[in-house]
Amino acid sequence: MKLRMIRRDAASRMAMFGAPVLALLLTCLTSLILFAALGIPAGKALHALLLKPFLSWYSFAEILLKMAPLLLIAQGLAIGFRANVFNIGAEGQFIIGAICASAFPVYYPEGNFPAMLPAMILAGGLGGMAYASIAAGLRTRFGASEILVTLMLSLIAVQILNYLLLGPWKDPRGFNFPQSVRFPENAQLPLLFENVRPNVSLLFALIGSLFAYLMMERHFRGYQLRTAGLAPKAALYAGFSAPRMIWLSLALGGIAAGIAGASEVAGPLGQLQRSVSSGYGYAAIIVAYVGGLRPLGIIASSFLISVLYIGGDSATVSAGLPVAAVEVFQGMLLAFYLLTFTLIRFRLQIERGVPA
Amino acid sequence: MSALEFLLAGTLAAALPLMLAALGEMVVEKTGLLNLGLEGMMAIGAAIAFICVYHSGSHSLGFLAAALVSTALALIFAFLVIVVQANQVAAGLAVGVLGLGLSALFGKTYESLTISGLQEIGFPALSQIPVIGPTVMTQDIVVWLTLIGTVALWYVLNKTKLGLIIAAVGENADAARAIGYPVGLIRTVAVAFGGAMCGLAGAYASTVYTPLWADGMIAGRGWIALALVVFGTWRTGRVVFGAMLFGVLSLGELTAQAVGVAIPSQVLASLPYVVTILMLVAISRHQRHVS
Repeated sequence: MKLRMIRRDAASRMAMFGAPVLALLLTCLTSLILFAALGIPAGKALHALLLKPFLSWYSFAEILLKMAPLLLIAQGLAIGFRANVFNIGAEGQFIIGAICASAFPVYYPEGNFPAMLPAMILAGGLGGMAYASIAAGLRTRFGASEILVTLMLSLIAVQILNYLLLGPWKDPRGFNFPQSVRFPENAQLPLLFENVRPNVSLLFALIGSLFAYLMMERHFRGYQLRTAGLAPKAALYAGFSAPRMIWLSLALGGIAAGIAGASEVAGPLGQLQRSVSSGYGYAAIIVAYVGGLRPLGIIASSFLISVLYIGGDSATVSAGLPVAAVEVFQGMLLAFYLLTFTLIRFRLQIERGVPA
Repeated sequence: MSALEFLLAGTLAAALPLMLAALGEMVVEKTGLLNLGLEGMMAIGAAIAFICVYHSGSHSLGFLAAALVSTALALIFAFLVIVVQANQVAAGLAVGVLGLGLSALFGKTYESLTISGLQEIGFPALSQIPVIGPTVMTQDIVVWLTLIGTVALWYVLNKTKLGLIIAAVGENADAARAIGYPVGLIRTVAVAFGGAMCGLAGAYASTVYTPLWADGMIAGRGWIALALVVFGTWRTGRVVFGAMLFGVLSLGELTAQAVGVAIPSQVLASLPYVVTILMLVAISRHQRHVS
């Protein structure tokens, strides 16, 4: 007798919605046990982590603020992941986007530059795209793995950021802190609501989601990308250019991450800082996968991960939960999702006797 | 101690965590997998080793515990990739994030505590040589054991049947399976070995090299180790050489600052990554298929 995994022809709709929910439940259960074992009041921690963010308008608004960059980056990455192009360097593209956008307010600190904000956002997107294109060029021209190249580029981007903030871009009146000047008023994105911090970058993210949906689910280009990911040989046979898929995937991922980076400095930060990203580029990979790489799923998963961030902040105060618990929660969520996702793609079959 | 002597004495110790983690990952990649979770596996190893040494005072116990826990984490990766057939990029990142988070969670109450490091042992006779004797030839026991282990690893990979089987699994898994080799099992063992090596690397970082635990103390060394495997083109000797080169670079930052060389430290810090990208381009024709 032998267990075999048989690939399903089509994933059942139930399983597609069920997998992330089941993964979330398993994650909650496991973290309850883990927190209890570490002597953290587990019930209280989970309450703070998952419910408290919804109990005030301010903290709910903070979720939306956090969600904007995660959603935008994850939509860009998911396009590539579905085409089997693994851009895991969104962190670097985000940082380069933030740097390119910051150039305007850094060199025009009085704000005397026409169309400051559009220029910043555009520069951020183009910067992120250019940085991701390095990986596309090396992959298509030399066959260098985009996984490793984008990763290395991220680590280099951190050093470029450090160089700028410790050197030429350091605020001369910033008490030697590694940060740029405070941006002028016209270099800051308009807020969506009064008194809370979400800004129009949330709209960028939603527009990006709509674009991703239309392209991936409704347009021929999306069909080509999906085919390249699911059946590379069929894509080749159909005459879909593999290099073009790689360029497109990386360029779109880079634009999304770059705009997210630009929005961060022009949004809640209001200046370029060393901690500009705080790991958005890596968290977005988790968001993309837990969202099933589908545009609509990613809207839900980016919301969920943002809840965890904001809830994690409140749990450190109210339940003594270490900041790292959020990371543990994220890691478990992705691991459990990858496990439950199998239930979508495969069914188990018990086989008797010797297989032919 | 002059800057040169400082470099001679410190290079091997600085290189050791990189060397251990990279050699482990090299074996994983030789079987055709790619585990991106090095940083997390090193971090959990570092935290567990520190906690063990703090309570027991025994470095052996610390290294053993670190290896076991990191192996457990690596086996999660193996399970997801080999049994569940999940995407290995995602699985590696999940394990990495999990390891980083758990290390911070477990290590939290141990920050700012101290333990003693390890005594250095001079190589018989050779440690009497002037200049290099008291520097290069005087190292702690882990360095000596690692160097012996490296030779053993080279031997196994290049001179034994097991080494050939590992290469076969990596180069053509279907053919290896057809001949009757247990591909899944071999890959699982390789991933477990990679995890154990990362655990040892973390243990060395937190209980010998700098005997303290701090959140984020691995500080990118997992990523450098990942780069090193490429830099060393999956060959034991070159990976060891690369580890020392990158080790010098990490010290070079300090020395360059001390001597006052006018290179921004960020340029030195990004050199390993730039070189790795160049290596990826250079070896493209012999590129291993990472699927």
